[in-house]
Order: sequence, then C-alpha cells, then structure tokens
Amino acid sequence: MSVTAHEHVDDHAHDDHGHHHHKETFVTKYIFSQDHKMIAKQYFITGVLVMGFIGIAMSLLFRMKLAWPGESFSVFEAVLGKWAPEGVMDADIYLALVTIHGTLMVFFVLTQGLSGTFSNLLIPLQIGARDMASGFMNMLSFWMFFVSCVIMLGSLFVEAGPAAAGWTIYPPLSALPMAQSGSGMGMTLWLVSMAIFIASSLLGSLNYVVTVINLRTKGMSMTRLPLTIWAFFVTAIIGIISFPVLLSAALLLIMDRSFGTSFFLSDIFIQGEVLHHQGGSPVLFEHLFWFLGHPEVYIVLLPALGITSEIMSTNARKPIFGYRAMIASILAIAFLSTIVWGHHMFISGMNPFLGSVFTFTTLLIAIPSAVKAFNYITTLWKGNLQLNPAMLFSIGLVSTFITGGLTGIILGDSTLDINVHDTYFVVAHFHLVMGISALYGMFAGVYHWFPKMFEGKLMNKNLGYVHFWVTAVCAYGVFFPMHFVGMAGVPRRYYENTAFPMFDELADVQVLMTVFALIAGAAQLLFVYNFIHSVFYGKVGPKNPWKSNTLEWTTENKHIHGNWDGPIPEVHRWAYDYSKVDENGEYIIPGQDFVPQSVPLQKDEVELQH
Amino acid sequence: MTTVLILAVLILVAIAIWQMTKIFELSQLKAETSQIANDSDNKTNGYLLFAFLIFIYGITIFSFWKYSKFLLPEAASAHGEEYDYLMLVSFVIIFIVQTLTQALLHYFGYKYHGRKGQKALFYADNDRLEFIWTIIPVVVLAGLILWGLYTWTTIMDVNDEDDPIMVELYAQQFAWTARYGGADNVLGDANVRMIDINKANVLGLDESDTYAADDIIVKELHLPVGRKVNFKMRSQDVLHSAYMPHFRAQMNCVPGMITEFSFTPIYTTEEMRQNSDVRDKVKRTNEIRAERAANGEDNADPWEFDYILLCNKICGKSHYNMQMKIVVETEEEYEAWLEGQKTFAESVLKQDASETAMNTIQ
Repeated sequence: MSVTAHEHVDDHAHDDHGHHHHKETFVTKYIFSQDHKMIAKQYFITGVLVMGFIGIAMSLLFRMKLAWPGESFSVFEAVLGKWAPEGVMDADIYLALVTIHGTLMVFFVLTQGLSGTFSNLLIPLQIGARDMASGFMNMLSFWMFFVSCVIMLGSLFVEAGPAAAGWTIYPPLSALPMAQSGSGMGMTLWLVSMAIFIASSLLGSLNYVVTVINLRTKGMSMTRLPLTIWAFFVTAIIGIISFPVLLSAALLLIMDRSFGTSFFLSDIFIQGEVLHHQGGSPVLFEHLFWFLGHPEVYIVLLPALGITSEIMSTNARKPIFGYRAMIASILAIAFLSTIVWGHHMFISGMNPFLGSVFTFTTLLIAIPSAVKAFNYITTLWKGNLQLNPAMLFSIGLVSTFITGGLTGIILGDSTLDINVHDTYFVVAHFHLVMGISALYGMFAGVYHWFPKMFEGKLMNKNLGYVHFWVTAVCAYGVFFPMHFVGMAGVPRRYYENTAFPMFDELADVQVLMTVFALIAGAAQLLFVYNFIHSVFYGKVGPKNPWKSNTLEWTTENKHIHGNWDGPIPEVHRWAYDYSKVDENGEYIIPGQDFVPQSVPLQKDEVELQH
Repeated sequence: MTTVLILAVLILVAIAIWQMTKIFELSQLKAETSQIANDSDNKTNGYLLFAFLIFIYGITIFSFWKYSKFLLPEAASAHGEEYDYLMLVSFVIIFIVQTLTQALLHYFGYKYHGRKGQKALFYADNDRLEFIWTIIPVVVLAGLILWGLYTWTTIMDVNDEDDPIMVELYAQQFAWTARYGGADNVLGDANVRMIDINKANVLGLDESDTYAADDIIVKELHLPVGRKVNFKMRSQDVLHSAYMPHFRAQMNCVPGMITEFSFTPIYTTEEMRQNSDVRDKVKRTNEIRAERAANGEDNADPWEFDYILLCNKICGKSHYNMQMKIVVETEEEYEAWLEGQKTFAESVLKQDASETAMNTIQ
C-alpha cells in the first residue's frame, strides 16, 4: 500500500483513489496516521503549541526574576514549588529554566516543530506527490519526537531538578553531578531525550530528501520548485550531515558520565577529591557540539526564509526577485554553515589561528544573507501588496533578520567577540536573527497554510493583525535595549546582577525588557485562541484564498489520503508567474494576475529563463 | 506590590488588545466577513508599516540617548584602544546599513500596499543589481575581515617580549585565585593532583619545584600600569571564563589545559576613577544606592569604581557572583604590595617543615 507505488501506475488508476479507500479507524486516522497532513498537524500541536507554550512561559518566569531580583511572586511558588521557597526563585532552578527554555525553543519548537510541520505539510503538496516517500517512517519520526518530548518534560520533575548547564551542556559542568544538582538524573534524561530526538530528526530529514528527489510530479524540475521546497530540502540535508555529530557528542558524554571514560574530562578536583579522569578535553566537546550547533541555526532559519519567499511573492503579486540567486544563497549558506562553527569558540582556548579561519568563513556567510535581504526588499518594490497577517509576519522576518544579522558582523569578528562573547549582546543577536525571525516565519506559515491544514478554514485576520503588531513592537522592545546591556558587560546566565555595583543602573532596562516580554507573551495567547477557535469555527474560504500559483491550492479543501482526487496535476512553469503580462501589457490569463504552475504555457507565451 | 502591578499591566494590555481587535473590525467599512485582506486592511497596515519604521528609529534613538552612558568606559588596556576603534567603525557601518534597509523595507511596504486595480510589476531579476549588492558586502566585509584578523593576531600573540609579568588565574567554583611568578617571574609546576587541602596547597603546586617556592598566591589581582601581563589560566573543576571587560580581555579557563591571554594596562585604578564617564557612572550608581539605603534595602553601600574580573561561562549555582577585584597601580605601589605578600615557601612549605618537626618531636 505504499504511496510511491502509485507513481508508476498510469493516471487512471488514481481516479478512484480517494473514493473507496480502505477503512480508517480513529487510531489510524488521528494517532498512528501515516498521512503527511495529519503528521504535520501532530507536529504543530506537540512541537509548537505545547512545547512552545512551555518554552515561552519559562522565559517569562526568568525575565520576571531578572527584572525584580529578590522579589517574591506567588506565581513562582505555584509553578516551581520547592524551587521557589517563599516565592523567590532559587539559583539552581533559574539556570535550569534558562537551559530548558533554550533546548525547547531551539530543538523542539524551531527544529522539529517548524520543519516537522511545514516540510510534512508542504513537500508532497507543493511538488505534486500523493504523500511522503515513506509514510511509515514519517509516522515513526513523529512518534520518536513525541517520546523525546515526554522524556524532556519528564525531566522537569526529577527530584534534583532538570538539566541546568545551559542548552549547550558543556562538560565538565554537565558531566559531574557534584558540580551542579541538575547534572544528575536531569542531565541523563536530557541526553536520552536528545538522542531519541536526533533519531527522529534524521528519519524525518531522510524522508524529506528522498521525497523531493524522487516524487516530483511531471514537469516539476528542480528549477521550477517553489523556494519553500528548496529551503526544506537543503535544511534536511544539513540536518543529515550535522545531527549525527551531536549524537556522537551526546553518546561520548553519556560514556563520560556513566562509564568512567575521559573523552571530555581531565585534571578535575571537585568537592575535596581528585577525579580519575585524565586526557580528555572539554574543547573537543565544544567542537562536536557546534559542528551541529551552528548548522542548527540555519536548520531553524532556512525553512522560515523559504516560507517567507513564497508568502512574500504571493502577497506582493510579483515573482520573487532573483529566484536563482535565492537558490544559490540557500546553497551557499548551507555549505558555509558547516564550516563556521568555531566562531562560538574564539576564546575557548582553541588555537588563535583557527579563530582566524573561522572569522573568515563566518563573515563570508554574511554575503548570501545580504543577497537574500536585498532580494526580499526588491520583491516588495512596485508590488501590489496584499497585507495579510502572513505577509506582515514575512516583512517582520526580514526586518528582524537584518537587525539581528548585522550584529553578527561584530560577533563573527574574532577580535570584537572578545569583549561581547557570552554577554547579553549575544543573547540579543541570536534571539533576533534566529529566534524571532524563525518564529515569524512559522507564524506566517500558519496564517498562510491554515486552510491546507484544516480543510479550507481561515484564521481570523483581525486577531492576526493584533497578534503581529503587538509581537513586532514587543520583540524589538525586548531585544533592542538588550544589546546595550551586553555592551555594558553584563554576562548572560547570571541569576542576578546585584553582586556587581557596576550593573546597578541597568536595573531599569531589565524591567523595561521584562514588561515588553510579558506583553509579547500575552499576545501569543491571542494566537493560540485564534488557532483553536478557527480549527472549530473558522470560516471556510475559497479554494485558493491567496490566489497562489503553487500546487497545494489545486487540491480540494477536503482532505483525502493521496491529496488529489483525480490525477496529479502536471507542472508547466515555475511558481512565480504573478502579474506576468504579454507584449500588449495584458495579463497572461485575462482578468487574473496569477498563472498557477499547472497551467500550460499560453499561445505565444515565452517561459523566461529565471 | 509588584505582583499587583504586573497583574494590572497584563489586564490593561489584554483590554488594549481587545480594543485594538475591535478597532480593526470597525475599520472595515463594509460588513464583510472574508478573512482575506481587502483594500482597507492593506491601507491600514500599510500606514502601520510606516509607523513601525518610525518606531524602529524611535527605539534606536531612545536606546542611544538613554542607554549609551551605560556602556563600558574607554578601554584600560593598550590593545583595547584598537579594539574600541574597530568596534566603532563596525558599528557605524552596521548603523548605516540598518537605517537604509529598514527604511526601504517598510517604505515599500507602505508605498505599494495593495489597491484595487493596481498592477504589480513583473520583475524577476536583474543581473546588474544583484552583482552590485553582492560585490558591496564583499568589499566591505573583506576590509573588516582583514583589519579584524590583523588585530586578532596581534592580540593573541602571547610572547615573552618586553619582560611581561607572569600571572596565573586559577578558577574554581566559585572563586578566583591569582598566582605570581615571584622573584624569578617563573610560575612553578602545578597540577590538581598535587592539591593538598590539609597543607593549604590549594592550587596544587609542585612542592619540589624550586620555581614554585617563590610563587605568590593572592585573592586580589594587582597589576603595575604600563607593564605587559601574561596570564596563564587554569580551572580545577568546570569551565570558567576570565572576563575583564574594562581591559577588553576574556579567555576561558579549561580543566586539563592552560590557556593564555596577554595585555598591558594603561590606566591605574586611580586614573580610571577620574575618568569623566566613570565619575558620572559612580555618581548615578551611588544615587541609586542612597535611595536603597533610605528604603532599608540590600546592596546599598556607596560604591567606588574598581576594575573587576568576572566569570563569564556558566559554572553552576553561584556563577553570578564569581568575581575578583583588580587593582592597577604604579610600579612602586605594586612592588610595595608584592613585598607584603607571603611566598608559597613561606606559607605552605614552612608550615610543612614545622609539621614535620612536630611529628619528629612526637
């Protein structure tokens, strides 16, 4: 019953595909589903709604602690229990919150939540395939992700507390239970959860790559693929290359922790005794971690950029500017992303010459990034912009991508990194450039493709507008002033800054940032409300609400296994024939400013070499 | 009290959001229910995009106006001047690019907002434009890379020229210790395996190494102004990072290896206290502290500026309070201070000797 098999049967065989399908039970339809659209929804609900809610809520807790140090909050007592005696947050749990916030947001929300949702939903629909190459592997990938979520959340309830060594879990801190209470059972569960997570991610990525390569419909050449697919495709490849390295780092760390090996440990004297470990190096761990860790940034960001490309072009009613340059940039970013990891380690004790090399490669990556930003801006120029919430989030993404990306020029320069390394300047930089940008891309995707997830229903646009504007203002409100806190020399991951009088006058900035963060958090509830409400009561819109060219809008609103009731449409053009005119200045299809990919070339129409 | 305030703010925000939703609904002239942007949405949000541009500029100006005085004062080390200059130039470039690109992005968003009957321009590519905005970043970045790398190589070249003082910075959860090479200016061998708590040999110095005998171990770092210092860093337990922001200096301390950094302080603590930025900062800070004292809160003692060494790599529960004071003083003051410190031989080996003597008597 494999879906791939259908590809080789002639089109007539498909005609009855959707009608008398084998019986689906509740379990096969909603739980152990192999349908890519259902799996996408499962990813979204688990990865984004649940894990995202917890991750963001955690950040609000520690932001409150930073703004009002020493203050007693009943909400701390309610949520943290024994970790907040008399409502004051404990230092260990502060570090744990920071750690788990980072882990949840980077891996669970923005890697599997984002890619899992949109790669699954869009790859088959946009390339014209009936499903993923392997529906079973896809299901397996989701359920492994689910298990890793359960284990990660379970670690929050460990007696000695969850992992608290920072999301980068550098040993020896993460390796020695006596160094920190969170490095006991909490860290073991973290590692187990991440190992399963990596397996899930690999299964998913392999599936995406194989699907894109093999299951494209007739006429869908690589250079006719929508940029979303290019982004998902390349993201999956980087994931396959780099995630196994994190797995090896995690396994070696497990060995060091539990079986007495010394991969990362050497010459340690702690709590009055010398440990037997000899000859290992924490720097080795840093290399292995960031060999994944930096590509990871682009694993998070590229899908968001792909989504933005598609949405921006559709809503600008213009082709994306520089389609081939965009593909080239994606490929260049992907390649460079695997050789820049050392810029996280300029002052780790690594040889300074290596630092020079990584400075060079890092600043190179600014070039394709700049090209992308300029191409987005030019796409808006002389458009007829339909400012739907998805479009606003896409524009917002470009804005934060620029703001956050520019400070990367400081951090990527080994010299300038010396004094801002590990300060709030870094926190501000990466939250804007990858956190907020990727979240914007994700929101844009949800508003745009909600009809494809929920059978033609649309989300409420007014709630969407409020959601965007409040979020956009607050995101800058939190992270713009944060650069200054970093430049004042405040290190990140400090439980409070009261031990240094030189940071006293920054207390007001902390309050300002926290207030913005709380408001931004409240605005996300609006999104959750809008989402859930629209799932049940959303109005069904037209079949192609955004007048888009890509194939997913040729499917019927009602979900069927196999996506197209009849034959899979054939593709005759690229995805960006918006507002294309003939030599008389008339639209190619009279009265319609877009030409879907499935429409054959018209008489006398030339297919431009994009 | 704060809880109430936060609750109040959140409730007000919720009301504001609710009201804004209403405004958006009312702003649609026709009572249509489509969830797809119409002309009126395009117009409203087009204006809002323009307003957002002003907001971005506003928050930039506000932050510079209110917060740039919080930034670190001028560098107190020789290489720091070059560092600050490179930082300034990078910031100017970033600033120009940010201002221009945000303007274009949001202005286009406003200018070309959708209208009925408006035709978008089919404009798919332009090789010349793309070449221009590829080559400009290439040239600018090439300049920054070369300059940055030149400075980096100079800073990271830790060598023995100019007779540097050898100082070890020793990190442990959650304190710093400094060790000077002593009269011979050579640091004796050390390893955590030689730590002997009972004899207070806390840094694990090799008691048989003659170079170690004159080493001086202290809890406050003193440096003579104008003389190069070569730091050798060690950690006994987890990763730490020796961060000396006023000197634009930072290096991780890694268990199992010795890391290095080198700089030359150019202003004494006393001179830095006279720096106008620092004086203003101290004044502002002490006003805050005086207010705290009046309210009977903690952290209210008046503050005097000092250079400081912070830990800047997450190292456990008290990471946020792992610090050591740094005093930069004249050569004479430094020598006098050093004179008053006990050497390793005096503090540990002598104690050892007396213990042996005791044992013999018994």
